[in-house]
This record gives sequence, C-alpha cells and structure tokens, in this order.
Amino acid sequence: MTEFFDAVQTIPLIRYSLLAGIISAFTFGAVGSLVVTRRIGYIAAAIAHSMLGGIGAAFYFGRTYDLDWLTPMLGGFLAALLSAFIIGWVSLRASEREDTIISAIWAFGMAAGILFIHYTPGQKPNLESYIFGNILVTSGSDVTATFALGILVLILIALFYHKLVAVCFDEEFARLRGINSNAYFLLLLAITAVSMVLMVRVAGIILSLALLILPAATASRFSRQLWVIMLVAIGLTLIYNTGGLAMSFQLNVPTGPFVVICAAVVYGLSFLVKRKRA
Amino acid sequence: MNPVESSEHSTPIVAEARGLSFRYQKSLVLEDVSFRIHEGESLCVIGPNGGGKSTLLKLMLGLLEPSQGSLTILGKSPAKARCDIGYVPQALRFDPLYPVSALDIVLMGRLDRLGVGRYSKACREVALKALEEVALADSSSRPFSDLSGGQRQRVLIARALACEPKLLLLDEPTANIDLSVEAQLLETLTRLREKMTILLVTHDLDLVSAVGNSVLCVNHRIHRHSLPLSGEVVKEIYSGVHRVEHDLRTRHSQGDHSACQHD
Repeated sequence: MTEFFDAVQTIPLIRYSLLAGIISAFTFGAVGSLVVTRRIGYIAAAIAHSMLGGIGAAFYFGRTYDLDWLTPMLGGFLAALLSAFIIGWVSLRASEREDTIISAIWAFGMAAGILFIHYTPGQKPNLESYIFGNILVTSGSDVTATFALGILVLILIALFYHKLVAVCFDEEFARLRGINSNAYFLLLLAITAVSMVLMVRVAGIILSLALLILPAATASRFSRQLWVIMLVAIGLTLIYNTGGLAMSFQLNVPTGPFVVICAAVVYGLSFLVKRKRA
Repeated sequence: MNPVESSEHSTPIVAEARGLSFRYQKSLVLEDVSFRIHEGESLCVIGPNGGGKSTLLKLMLGLLEPSQGSLTILGKSPAKARCDIGYVPQALRFDPLYPVSALDIVLMGRLDRLGVGRYSKACREVALKALEEVALADSSSRPFSDLSGGQRQRVLIARALACEPKLLLLDEPTANIDLSVEAQLLETLTRLREKMTILLVTHDLDLVSAVGNSVLCVNHRIHRHSLPLSGEVVKEIYSGVHRVEHDLRTRHSQGDHSACQHD
C-alpha cells in the first residue's frame, strides 16, 4: 500500500483521480439513492450512454470550427441534460412507451458519438477512455469542475429533499398540495444527468453508472430510511473510489472495470443477508 | 333540473355540481349530474365499477376538467379549493419498498407550507397530531413497508388530516384490508365524521352504514338515498345480486341503476 501513498504524493494524476473520486462519492451516494428507490436506474443508464453522442459532437464541432470552449465534457453535459428532458417529457406525457424511448436514446447517443468521431478531423480521440475511463487524462480543471458540479447537486438535494421525496413517493398527492410534480421529476432527472457527467472523465460511462446504482442498491437492502440509504451509499462509494483506486494501482489492473466488479460483487453478496424489515 | 339533495340541510354548501358531464374519448362517463354536499355531512359514494365514482373524485380534486356543467368546492373551482381538501387514495397503489417513515408521509400533507429545506416545527406538530388522531403516534418512525394494510391506510388518512381539510375525500379505504383491521379504520372514520365533511367512495356496505348519513349512487347519473338504506334499495343498487341485508359485507363490481330513479 505504501507504493500507492507515495504515488498519491508524487503523481498529480493519481491525486486528481483520488480527489475526484472522494468528491463525487457524496453526490453519487445521494443521487443514486433517489434514483434507485424511485426505480429509474434504466433512465440513468440511457442518460449516461447518450453522453457519448455529446462528447463526439463536441470533438467534431470543436475541431471543425476551432471552438476551443466546446470541450468534450461540455458536450457530454449538454447531451445528458437533453436526454434527461426528452425522457422526462415522454415519461410525463406517456404518449409513447417510455422504455422504447429510453432504448432509442441510448442507442442513438452512442451511434451518434461514434459517427461524429469518424468525421472528426485530425487525430482521432479515443472514445474508449470515455466508456471505461482513464485516470491518465484527468487534470486539475476536471477536479475543479467535478467539485463545482458535485456541490451544486448536493445543494439542490438539500434544498428540495422533502419535495423530491414527496414527488417520488406520490406525485399526484404532491400536485394536489400545490407542488409542480413534473418540474421536480425533471429536476431529479437533471441532477442525475449532472452526476453522470461528474466522473465520466476519470471513470468513464460504465463505472459512473455502476457507482450511481450499485452502492445505493446495496444500501437500500439494509435500511428503510432514505437518508440512511444515502449515508451508507456515500460510505460505500468512498470505499470503492479510494480502495478501488489503491488496489487497482497495486495489482496493476484497469481501475474502472476493477471497481465495477467489486461494487457488483458486494451488491450480489448483499442478497445473502436477509433484507432488513425494521 | 333540481340538484339532488335531502331537504333538511341548513348548513353551508361544501360542494355543488350542476349539470356536470364528463366524457372520456367517446364514452360519456358522467351525464348531467347535479348534487349538493353540505357541511358536516358524511356521504358515501357507491356504484358499479366503471360507473364513474373515480371520475367524480378526480373531478372534485380538479385533476380532470368537466366536459359540461359546473362543479364548485367551497364556492371555488376544484383546483383552487385543493388546499382545503384532504385526499386519501388507496394504499395499494404505492411502492411498498419506498423508504419513507409514517411521519415522512404524514408531513407530505404540509407540503404547501414547505419552502426550501426542512419542515417547520409547527408542521411537525400538526403531523404528529394527525398521527395521534388515527392512533398511530407510536409508529411515527416506522417505515411504510413495515406497516400492515390497515395501518398504511390510516397513515394516508393522517396525511390528509395534516392538510387541515374542510372536506375529506376517501377512495375505497377498506379495499384489500382484513376484517379485523377494518374495525379500527371504522372507528377512526366514525370519529372523524363528527369533525368534518366526508365523502367516501366504497363498495363496502358495512362502511356505508357505519359512516355515511347518506348515499350517492353513481352510475353515469347520480341518485341520492338517505340512510339507513332499505333492503330494497340495496338490492336495486347492486341488482342481480341477491343480497338484501345492507349490513352484510358486499364487494360487487356489477350493478345496474335503472331501478334507482324513484328516489
């Protein structure tokens, strides 16, 4: 383990990844608990994968028209928000089957991303690093962005916690009490989208999704109080992000897949423990 | 057309429908319905499935708009009167695994007073009092998933009470509840009828005779009967079912109201 601590001190990239992991653990634990208990994990998955379209588009338009401000992260962010609103709108209108739209957005986003990259002039960016993550591309500004967005999401949850819970539990009753239920459902999807963007640079789409869903799913097997689920999920994500990074460094295996496997195995093992009833 | 009402009421009108119709796509769910509900009444709404009971409830909550005619609650449109209505949906339609405590749910009755952040101390007091009212003060921190069907239904009643309503609307509160549990629910409702105007949708004639002082039978049109219902009327309401004693438990879905028009 000492090797890892030495690396944290001497290699900025490792330090950045560790910081991003610690910061995003709080956001992921809180948002993931809302997503898992409201049973919209599949919506989060579609939002996550559609980011690839935005990342590809940002590369293409950024390079073609020399737009320096159009970073892949901004592209992914906008694509995630756009998909969140399209899915939310369809889900609220229910004029089309929700799961169909979710699959369509999922597939379209990924295909668009790959096509954009195909036509991007110059050296082709490596899309795989956005799917599975690559700590070697992390920078100080990524950590700053992760921190700012993470704090924003946590503040929104703190301010609107009870309204979000009320809308998740019974949107009709919330509406009768004068709450704009649709707006709060869209807010929930929007903060899910923002959370997915947080870690995508460091961890990639698959790991981000796993970190959003698996710790909260594990936690929800042991508690019947949302805030307890949130705290346990935050704790688990902290362990996965720090311990996972350290162990993968030590064992010299890719961090993203390693952490996903750990989180999934722990979730699987949680089924061996009887679900807590009280 | 004269609104259907019993003549002896002198208290203010809580709800009034005039020539109310509701059309869903091509089918007419409610047709030219008129009635008045006075303050302090306990009115049971009965009728066959698909007869328009739920539609009537949704219209009263302002979740649906009338196709024709008017409906006012406390002199206002239903959407504007919402804050004075306590609504109790069926407990069955909730995700039983959703991680909230009984108190969390009851506090939702105070959502209109919630700005950002936490519920105020005053809100929590109202919510705790509402839980006491349904005899669940001891269970305030228990998760929803741990409660029995009857307790869940009482938590939902407490949530409606936390709205401090002038009118309480209940949608089949005894659906899917054991007989033993139902006694507690009956007691709660009997106590509440002294305090506020109640409109109760139900198939359960036990509940009708215990709680209601009059009955609206809804089958596209509305007819009003005063209680106690004679065996004849019950038979007519649920015609085709040979059940005369109204205090027997009945949960039938079929009926024909052609015989109701005499009242």
